[in-house]
Amino acid sequence: MHLTYRTILPATAMASLAGPALATTVDLSITLPQIKTAEYHRPYVAAWLEQAGQPTGRTVQVWYQQPRPNAREDGTKWLRDLRGWWRKSGRALDLPANGISGATRAPGTHAVSANVGQLPAGAYELVVEAVREDGNRETVRLPIAWNGKAATKAATAKGTIELGAVSAVVKP
Amino acid sequence: MKTKLVAALAAATMLIPAVATAHSPWLKPSATVVSGKEGWVTVDAAASTDVFIADHQPLPFEMMKVTQPDGSAGQVENGMRGKFRSTFDVHLTQPGTYRIGSEMAGVFGSYMLDGKEQRLPRGLAADKLKEAIPAGATDVKIMENAGRNVIFVTLGAPTDTVLKPTGKGLDFAPVTHPDDLVAGEPATFGFLVDGKPAAGIEVKVIPDGRRYRDEQKEESFTTDAKGQVKITWPAAGLYWVQASTSDKNSSIPGATDRRMSFTATLEVLQP
Repeated sequence: MHLTYRTILPATAMASLAGPALATTVDLSITLPQIKTAEYHRPYVAAWLEQAGQPTGRTVQVWYQQPRPNAREDGTKWLRDLRGWWRKSGRALDLPANGISGATRAPGTHAVSANVGQLPAGAYELVVEAVREDGNRETVRLPIAWNGKAATKAATAKGTIELGAVSAVVKP
Repeated sequence: MKTKLVAALAAATMLIPAVATAHSPWLKPSATVVSGKEGWVTVDAAASTDVFIADHQPLPFEMMKVTQPDGSAGQVENGMRGKFRSTFDVHLTQPGTYRIGSEMAGVFGSYMLDGKEQRLPRGLAADKLKEAIPAGATDVKIMENAGRNVIFVTLGAPTDTVLKPTGKGLDFAPVTHPDDLVAGEPATFGFLVDGKPAAGIEVKVIPDGRRYRDEQKEESFTTDAKGQVKITWPAAGLYWVQASTSDKNSSIPGATDRRMSFTATLEVLQP
Protein backbone atom coordinates (compact mmCIF):
# COMPACT_ATOMS: atom_id res chain seq x y z
CA MET A 1 0.00 0.00 0.00
CA HIS A 2 2.62 2.40 1.11
CA LEU A 3 4.71 1.80 -1.99
CA THR A 4 1.78 2.30 -4.34
CA TYR A 5 0.97 5.55 -2.62
CA ARG A 6 4.47 6.79 -3.14
CA THR A 7 4.69 5.80 -6.75
CA ILE A 8 1.67 7.87 -7.77
CA LEU A 9 3.19 11.03 -6.31
CA PRO A 10 5.01 13.36 -8.69
CA ALA A 11 8.76 13.08 -8.63
CA THR A 12 9.23 16.47 -7.04
CA ALA A 13 6.89 15.61 -4.21
CA MET A 14 8.79 12.42 -3.64
CA ALA A 15 11.98 14.35 -3.50
CA SER A 16 10.61 16.67 -0.84
CA LEU A 17 9.32 13.75 1.19
CA ALA A 18 12.48 11.78 0.84
CA GLY A 19 14.65 13.05 3.64
CA PRO A 20 14.29 14.74 7.00
CA ALA A 21 16.62 17.50 5.87
CA LEU A 22 13.97 18.84 3.52
CA ALA A 23 11.86 21.07 5.67
CA THR A 24 8.73 22.83 4.56
CA THR A 25 8.45 26.59 4.82
CA VAL A 26 5.33 28.70 5.12
CA ASP A 27 5.60 32.28 3.91
CA LEU A 28 2.85 34.01 5.76
CA SER A 29 1.55 37.54 5.57
CA ILE A 30 -0.95 38.75 8.16
CA THR A 31 -2.49 42.21 8.26
CA LEU A 32 -3.79 43.43 11.58
CA PRO A 33 -6.24 46.29 11.07
CA GLN A 34 -6.12 49.62 12.86
CA ILE A 35 -8.95 49.58 15.38
CA LYS A 36 -10.14 52.79 16.95
CA THR A 37 -11.20 52.10 20.49
CA ALA A 38 -10.93 53.60 23.94
CA GLU A 39 -8.57 50.89 25.00
CA TYR A 40 -6.50 49.05 22.42
CA HIS A 41 -4.55 45.94 23.25
CA ARG A 42 -2.62 44.14 20.53
CA PRO A 43 -4.35 40.90 19.60
CA TYR A 44 -3.12 37.42 20.30
CA VAL A 45 -2.67 35.73 16.91
CA ALA A 46 -2.09 32.09 15.96
CA ALA A 47 -1.63 30.42 12.59
CA TRP A 48 -1.62 26.67 12.14
CA LEU A 49 -1.99 23.97 9.52
CA GLU A 50 -4.70 21.38 9.95
CA GLN A 51 -6.23 18.57 7.93
CA ALA A 52 -9.88 17.59 7.84
CA GLY A 53 -10.59 14.86 10.36
CA GLN A 54 -7.27 15.21 12.13
CA PRO A 55 -7.45 16.11 15.80
CA THR A 56 -4.21 18.03 15.88
CA GLY A 57 -2.57 20.63 13.71
CA ARG A 58 0.88 22.13 13.52
CA THR A 59 1.52 25.63 14.70
CA VAL A 60 3.06 28.02 12.20
CA GLN A 61 3.07 31.14 14.38
CA VAL A 62 1.72 32.30 17.71
CA TRP A 63 1.99 35.87 19.00
CA TYR A 64 1.15 36.56 22.63
CA GLN A 65 2.05 38.78 25.53
CA GLN A 66 5.65 38.00 26.46
CA PRO A 67 6.83 37.90 30.08
CA ARG A 68 7.17 41.34 31.64
CA PRO A 69 8.90 42.20 34.89
CA ASN A 70 6.46 42.77 37.78
CA ALA A 71 3.43 41.81 35.69
CA ARG A 72 0.52 40.74 37.83
CA GLU A 73 -0.42 38.02 35.39
CA ASP A 74 1.56 36.01 32.85
CA GLY A 75 0.51 36.42 29.22
CA THR A 76 0.24 32.66 28.79
CA LYS A 77 -2.90 32.82 30.96
CA TRP A 78 -4.87 34.14 27.98
CA LEU A 79 -3.55 31.71 25.33
CA ARG A 80 -6.67 29.60 25.78
CA ASP A 81 -8.69 32.49 24.36
CA LEU A 82 -7.19 31.57 20.98
CA ARG A 83 -9.73 28.81 21.31
CA GLY A 84 -9.43 27.13 17.93
CA TRP A 85 -5.65 27.04 18.07
CA TRP A 86 -5.55 26.02 21.72
CA ARG A 87 -7.61 22.91 20.98
CA LYS A 88 -5.87 21.93 17.76
CA SER A 89 -2.28 22.62 18.68
CA GLY A 90 -1.62 25.12 21.46
CA ARG A 91 -2.33 22.96 24.47
CA ALA A 92 0.19 20.38 23.31
CA LEU A 93 2.90 22.91 22.49
CA ASP A 94 5.79 23.87 24.75
CA LEU A 95 6.24 27.62 24.77
CA PRO A 96 8.23 29.59 23.95
CA ALA A 97 8.90 27.77 20.68
CA ASN A 98 11.88 28.83 18.62
CA GLY A 99 10.87 30.43 15.32
CA ILE A 100 7.19 29.94 16.08
CA SER A 101 6.22 32.02 19.08
CA GLY A 102 6.81 35.70 19.59
CA ALA A 103 5.46 38.94 20.94
CA THR A 104 2.17 40.49 19.91
CA ARG A 105 2.41 42.83 16.96
CA ALA A 106 1.12 46.28 16.16
CA PRO A 107 -1.49 46.99 13.46
CA GLY A 108 0.03 46.66 9.99
CA THR A 109 1.16 43.93 7.64
CA HIS A 110 3.58 41.37 8.98
CA ALA A 111 5.43 38.92 6.76
CA VAL A 112 7.02 35.90 8.39
CA SER A 113 8.63 32.79 7.09
CA ALA A 114 8.27 29.77 9.33
CA ASN A 115 9.72 26.30 9.17
CA VAL A 116 7.03 23.71 9.84
CA GLY A 117 9.22 20.64 9.53
CA GLN A 118 8.49 17.92 7.06
CA LEU A 119 4.95 18.28 5.78
CA PRO A 120 3.42 15.23 4.08
CA ALA A 121 1.60 15.94 0.81
CA GLY A 122 -2.14 16.48 1.18
CA ALA A 123 -4.98 18.94 1.46
CA TYR A 124 -4.54 21.37 4.34
CA GLU A 125 -6.12 24.43 5.72
CA LEU A 126 -3.99 27.19 7.06
CA VAL A 127 -6.04 28.74 9.85
CA VAL A 128 -5.33 32.18 11.27
CA GLU A 129 -7.05 33.21 14.48
CA ALA A 130 -6.94 36.56 16.27
CA VAL A 131 -8.44 37.50 19.62
CA ARG A 132 -8.17 40.87 21.30
CA GLU A 133 -8.79 41.91 24.89
CA ASP A 134 -11.90 44.11 24.98
CA GLY A 135 -12.40 43.14 21.34
CA ASN A 136 -13.62 40.23 19.28
CA ARG A 137 -12.34 36.93 17.99
CA GLU A 138 -11.98 36.07 14.32
CA THR A 139 -10.76 33.08 12.34
CA VAL A 140 -9.96 32.86 8.62
CA ARG A 141 -9.12 29.71 6.66
CA LEU A 142 -6.87 29.37 3.61
CA PRO A 143 -7.00 26.18 1.53
CA ILE A 144 -3.54 24.74 0.87
CA ALA A 145 -3.03 21.91 -1.60
CA TRP A 146 0.44 20.72 -0.75
CA ASN A 147 2.21 18.53 -3.28
CA GLY A 148 5.77 19.31 -2.39
CA LYS A 149 6.11 22.17 -4.84
CA ALA A 150 5.83 25.86 -4.15
CA ALA A 151 2.41 27.07 -5.25
CA THR A 152 2.45 29.56 -8.11
CA LYS A 153 -0.28 31.58 -6.40
CA ALA A 154 -0.58 32.46 -2.75
CA ALA A 155 -3.65 31.31 -0.87
CA THR A 156 -5.51 34.34 0.42
CA ALA A 157 -8.35 35.26 2.73
CA LYS A 158 -9.61 38.41 4.36
CA GLY A 159 -11.02 38.97 7.79
CA THR A 160 -13.70 41.49 8.64
CA ILE A 161 -13.08 42.56 12.25
CA GLU A 162 -9.83 41.53 13.86
CA LEU A 163 -7.94 40.40 10.77
CA GLY A 164 -7.23 42.11 7.45
CA ALA A 165 -5.75 40.39 4.41
CA VAL A 166 -3.99 37.09 5.07
CA SER A 167 -1.93 35.20 2.52
CA ALA A 168 0.28 32.15 2.57
CA VAL A 169 2.61 30.24 0.30
CA VAL A 170 3.87 26.83 1.30
CA LYS A 171 7.17 25.89 -0.30
CA PRO A 172 9.90 23.33 0.06
CA MET B 1 -17.28 52.40 17.58
CA LYS B 2 -18.43 55.98 17.78
CA THR B 3 -19.22 55.74 21.45
CA LYS B 4 -15.85 54.16 22.09
CA LEU B 5 -14.20 57.11 20.40
CA VAL B 6 -16.09 59.51 22.62
CA ALA B 7 -14.97 57.48 25.60
CA ALA B 8 -11.38 57.66 24.34
CA LEU B 9 -11.56 61.42 24.15
CA ALA B 10 -13.10 61.63 27.60
CA ALA B 11 -10.41 59.39 28.99
CA ALA B 12 -7.68 61.42 27.32
CA THR B 13 -8.95 64.77 28.56
CA MET B 14 -9.46 63.49 32.08
CA LEU B 15 -6.10 61.73 32.37
CA ILE B 16 -7.67 58.50 33.51
CA PRO B 17 -5.00 55.83 33.70
CA ALA B 18 -5.75 53.10 31.18
CA VAL B 19 -5.94 50.46 33.87
CA ALA B 20 -8.87 52.21 35.51
CA THR B 21 -11.13 51.24 32.62
CA ALA B 22 -9.62 47.86 31.85
CA HIS B 23 -11.65 45.80 34.27
CA SER B 24 -15.37 46.06 34.76
CA PRO B 25 -16.79 45.56 38.24
CA TRP B 26 -19.72 43.18 38.39
CA LEU B 27 -22.12 41.48 40.77
CA LYS B 28 -23.68 38.19 39.78
CA PRO B 29 -26.76 37.21 41.78
CA SER B 30 -27.99 33.63 41.94
CA ALA B 31 -31.53 34.98 41.45
CA THR B 32 -33.35 38.31 41.40
CA VAL B 33 -36.91 36.99 41.68
CA VAL B 34 -37.57 34.94 44.82
CA SER B 35 -40.83 33.48 46.14
CA GLY B 36 -41.83 32.20 49.57
CA LYS B 37 -42.04 33.61 53.11
CA GLU B 38 -38.30 34.18 53.14
CA GLY B 39 -35.38 33.38 50.89
CA TRP B 40 -31.67 33.62 50.19
CA VAL B 41 -29.58 34.88 47.35
CA THR B 42 -25.88 34.33 46.90
CA VAL B 43 -23.82 36.86 44.98
CA ASP B 44 -20.44 36.72 43.25
CA ALA B 45 -18.50 39.99 43.10
CA ALA B 46 -15.45 40.63 40.94
CA ALA B 47 -13.77 42.85 38.39
CA SER B 48 -12.62 41.47 35.05
CA THR B 49 -12.28 42.30 31.36
CA ASP B 50 -15.31 40.23 30.40
CA VAL B 51 -18.25 40.70 32.74
CA PHE B 52 -19.39 37.68 34.79
CA ILE B 53 -16.22 35.76 33.96
CA ALA B 54 -14.23 35.55 37.17
CA ASP B 55 -10.62 35.51 36.01
CA HIS B 56 -8.97 38.57 37.49
CA GLN B 57 -9.77 40.14 40.85
CA PRO B 58 -12.41 39.86 43.59
CA LEU B 59 -14.37 42.88 44.80
CA PRO B 60 -14.24 43.12 48.59
CA PHE B 61 -17.50 41.82 50.05
CA GLU B 62 -16.89 44.11 53.05
CA MET B 63 -17.84 47.05 50.79
CA MET B 64 -21.30 45.65 50.08
CA LYS B 65 -24.36 47.24 51.65
CA VAL B 66 -27.86 45.84 51.78
CA THR B 67 -30.96 48.03 51.83
CA GLN B 68 -34.11 46.15 52.77
CA PRO B 69 -37.57 46.83 51.30
CA ASP B 70 -38.52 48.98 54.32
CA GLY B 71 -35.42 51.13 53.79
CA SER B 72 -33.47 49.74 56.76
CA ALA B 73 -29.99 48.27 56.45
CA GLY B 74 -29.71 44.52 55.97
CA GLN B 75 -26.77 42.18 56.43
CA VAL B 76 -24.13 40.62 54.25
CA GLU B 77 -23.58 37.03 55.42
CA ASN B 78 -21.07 34.29 54.70
CA GLY B 79 -18.63 36.63 53.00
CA MET B 80 -15.65 34.91 51.39
CA ARG B 81 -12.81 36.33 49.36
CA GLY B 82 -11.56 33.96 46.69
CA LYS B 83 -8.70 34.27 44.26
CA PHE B 84 -10.84 35.67 41.45
CA ARG B 85 -14.16 36.56 43.04
CA SER B 86 -15.69 37.07 46.42
CA THR B 87 -19.09 35.72 47.37
CA PHE B 88 -21.66 36.62 49.96
CA ASP B 89 -25.24 35.77 50.85
CA VAL B 90 -28.22 37.91 51.70
CA HIS B 91 -31.10 36.54 53.73
CA LEU B 92 -34.37 37.94 52.40
CA THR B 93 -36.77 38.25 55.32
CA GLN B 94 -39.08 41.07 54.17
CA PRO B 95 -41.39 40.97 51.17
CA GLY B 96 -40.39 43.43 48.45
CA THR B 97 -37.30 44.69 46.65
CA TYR B 98 -33.77 44.74 48.13
CA ARG B 99 -30.93 46.85 46.86
CA ILE B 100 -27.51 45.23 47.27
CA GLY B 101 -24.17 46.68 46.26
CA SER B 102 -21.39 49.12 46.85
CA GLU B 103 -20.79 52.80 46.58
CA MET B 104 -17.33 54.04 45.81
CA ALA B 105 -16.30 57.65 46.25
CA GLY B 106 -12.68 58.49 45.66
CA VAL B 107 -10.35 60.86 43.95
CA PHE B 108 -7.66 60.47 41.37
CA GLY B 109 -5.20 62.87 39.89
CA SER B 110 -1.60 63.91 39.70
CA TYR B 111 0.91 66.53 40.79
CA MET B 112 4.41 67.65 39.91
CA LEU B 113 7.20 67.19 42.39
CA ASP B 114 10.86 67.95 41.66
CA GLY B 115 10.06 68.12 37.95
CA LYS B 116 8.41 64.73 37.88
CA GLU B 117 4.73 63.90 37.45
CA GLN B 118 3.35 61.75 40.27
CA ARG B 119 -0.02 60.07 40.35
CA LEU B 120 -2.22 59.96 43.40
CA PRO B 121 -2.67 56.40 44.66
CA ARG B 122 -5.57 54.50 43.12
CA GLY B 123 -8.80 54.47 45.07
CA LEU B 124 -7.73 57.31 47.36
CA ALA B 125 -10.50 58.55 49.68
CA ALA B 126 -11.26 62.27 49.48
CA ASP B 127 -10.52 62.85 53.18
CA LYS B 128 -7.02 61.40 52.72
CA LEU B 129 -6.11 63.98 50.07
CA LYS B 130 -4.18 66.29 52.39
CA GLU B 131 -1.82 63.54 53.51
CA ALA B 132 -1.38 62.21 49.96
CA ILE B 133 -0.08 65.43 48.46
CA PRO B 134 3.41 66.25 49.75
CA ALA B 135 4.58 69.75 50.55
CA GLY B 136 6.12 71.44 47.53
CA ALA B 137 3.87 69.71 45.02
CA THR B 138 2.75 71.89 42.14
CA ASP B 139 0.25 71.55 39.28
CA VAL B 140 -2.05 69.51 41.50
CA LYS B 141 -4.90 68.01 39.47
CA ILE B 142 -7.68 66.38 41.43
CA MET B 143 -10.69 64.64 39.99
CA GLU B 144 -13.55 63.02 41.83
CA ASN B 145 -14.46 59.45 40.94
CA ALA B 146 -17.82 58.21 42.18
CA GLY B 147 -19.35 54.87 41.29
CA ARG B 148 -22.29 52.74 42.32
CA ASN B 149 -22.52 49.05 41.56
CA VAL B 150 -25.80 47.39 42.50
CA ILE B 151 -28.28 44.58 42.03
CA PHE B 152 -31.94 44.44 42.91
CA VAL B 153 -33.51 41.33 44.39
CA THR B 154 -37.21 40.90 45.08
CA LEU B 155 -38.95 38.56 47.50
CA GLY B 156 -42.60 38.33 46.44
CA ALA B 157 -43.98 41.38 44.62
CA PRO B 158 -41.66 44.26 43.61
CA THR B 159 -41.63 47.44 45.71
CA ASP B 160 -40.12 50.89 45.11
CA THR B 161 -38.61 52.07 48.39
CA VAL B 162 -35.04 51.14 47.48
CA LEU B 163 -35.39 52.72 44.03
CA LYS B 164 -35.72 56.26 45.41
CA PRO B 165 -32.91 58.43 44.05
CA THR B 166 -30.39 59.76 46.56
CA GLY B 167 -30.18 63.12 44.80
CA LYS B 168 -26.38 62.95 44.91
CA GLY B 169 -24.22 62.04 41.94
CA LEU B 170 -25.43 59.68 39.22
CA ASP B 171 -28.70 58.01 40.23
CA PHE B 172 -30.77 55.27 38.66
CA ALA B 173 -34.42 56.23 38.23
CA PRO B 174 -36.08 53.23 36.64
CA VAL B 175 -39.55 53.61 35.10
CA THR B 176 -39.72 49.86 34.50
CA HIS B 177 -39.03 47.96 37.71
CA PRO B 178 -35.55 46.36 37.47
CA ASP B 179 -36.88 43.05 38.79
CA ASP B 180 -39.70 42.91 36.24
CA LEU B 181 -37.76 42.49 33.00
CA VAL B 182 -38.78 40.14 30.23
CA ALA B 183 -37.12 39.31 26.89
CA GLY B 184 -38.69 41.24 24.01
CA GLU B 185 -40.39 43.80 26.26
CA PRO B 186 -38.77 47.23 26.28
CA ALA B 187 -37.66 48.62 29.63
CA THR B 188 -37.40 52.34 30.33
CA PHE B 189 -34.70 53.53 32.71
CA GLY B 190 -33.99 57.09 33.74
CA PHE B 191 -30.74 58.52 35.04
CA LEU B 192 -30.31 61.60 37.21
CA VAL B 193 -27.30 63.70 38.14
CA ASP B 194 -27.78 65.42 41.48
CA GLY B 195 -31.51 64.76 41.15
CA LYS B 196 -31.91 66.27 37.67
CA PRO B 197 -32.48 64.28 34.46
CA ALA B 198 -29.16 63.36 32.86
CA ALA B 199 -29.67 63.92 29.13
CA GLY B 200 -27.21 62.67 26.54
CA ILE B 201 -25.25 60.24 28.72
CA GLU B 202 -24.00 56.89 27.56
CA VAL B 203 -25.50 53.62 28.80
CA LYS B 204 -23.68 50.40 27.90
CA VAL B 205 -25.38 47.03 27.94
CA ILE B 206 -23.45 43.73 27.78
CA PRO B 207 -25.11 40.30 27.91
CA ASP B 208 -23.70 37.38 29.91
CA GLY B 209 -21.89 34.51 28.21
CA ARG B 210 -19.00 36.41 26.61
CA ARG B 211 -16.86 33.29 26.44
CA TYR B 212 -19.36 31.54 24.23
CA ARG B 213 -19.49 34.07 21.41
CA ASP B 214 -16.89 35.77 19.22
CA GLU B 215 -18.23 39.33 19.43
CA GLN B 216 -18.62 41.56 22.44
CA LYS B 217 -22.32 42.14 21.65
CA GLU B 218 -22.08 45.35 23.59
CA GLU B 219 -24.90 47.78 22.91
CA SER B 220 -24.73 51.46 23.63
CA PHE B 221 -27.63 53.80 24.30
CA THR B 222 -27.80 57.54 24.89
CA THR B 223 -30.32 59.08 27.27
CA ASP B 224 -32.93 61.41 25.76
CA ALA B 225 -33.95 64.88 26.97
CA LYS B 226 -35.76 63.28 29.93
CA GLY B 227 -32.59 61.41 30.85
CA GLN B 228 -34.14 58.10 29.80
CA VAL B 229 -33.21 55.15 27.64
CA LYS B 230 -35.45 52.44 26.28
CA ILE B 231 -33.76 49.04 26.17
CA THR B 232 -35.15 45.97 24.44
CA TRP B 233 -33.65 42.70 25.63
CA PRO B 234 -32.92 40.31 22.78
CA ALA B 235 -32.96 37.25 25.03
CA ALA B 236 -33.38 36.16 28.63
CA GLY B 237 -30.26 36.23 30.78
CA LEU B 238 -28.10 38.46 32.91
CA TYR B 239 -27.15 41.88 31.55
CA TRP B 240 -24.47 44.23 32.76
CA VAL B 241 -25.64 47.83 32.45
CA GLN B 242 -23.39 50.80 33.04
CA ALA B 243 -24.14 54.50 32.70
CA SER B 244 -21.32 56.99 32.97
CA THR B 245 -20.87 60.71 32.71
CA SER B 246 -18.71 63.52 33.98
CA ASP B 247 -19.06 67.18 34.87
CA LYS B 248 -17.31 70.00 36.70
CA ASN B 249 -19.56 70.01 39.77
CA SER B 250 -17.45 68.18 42.29
CA SER B 251 -18.06 68.94 45.95
CA ILE B 252 -14.51 67.94 46.85
CA PRO B 253 -12.35 71.04 47.47
CA GLY B 254 -9.76 71.42 44.74
CA ALA B 255 -11.34 68.88 42.41
CA THR B 256 -11.87 70.16 38.88
CA ASP B 257 -13.87 67.28 37.44
CA ARG B 258 -16.27 64.67 38.64
CA ARG B 259 -16.51 61.28 36.95
CA MET B 260 -19.60 59.23 37.80
CA SER B 261 -20.75 55.76 36.94
CA PHE B 262 -23.72 53.62 37.79
CA THR B 263 -23.46 49.90 37.21
CA ALA B 264 -26.21 47.33 37.64
CA THR B 265 -26.65 43.67 36.86
CA LEU B 266 -30.17 43.03 35.64
CA GLU B 267 -31.85 39.72 35.11
CA VAL B 268 -34.16 39.34 32.12
CA LEU B 269 -36.48 36.36 32.25
CA GLN B 270 -38.37 34.44 29.59
CA PRO B 271 -41.79 35.91 28.84
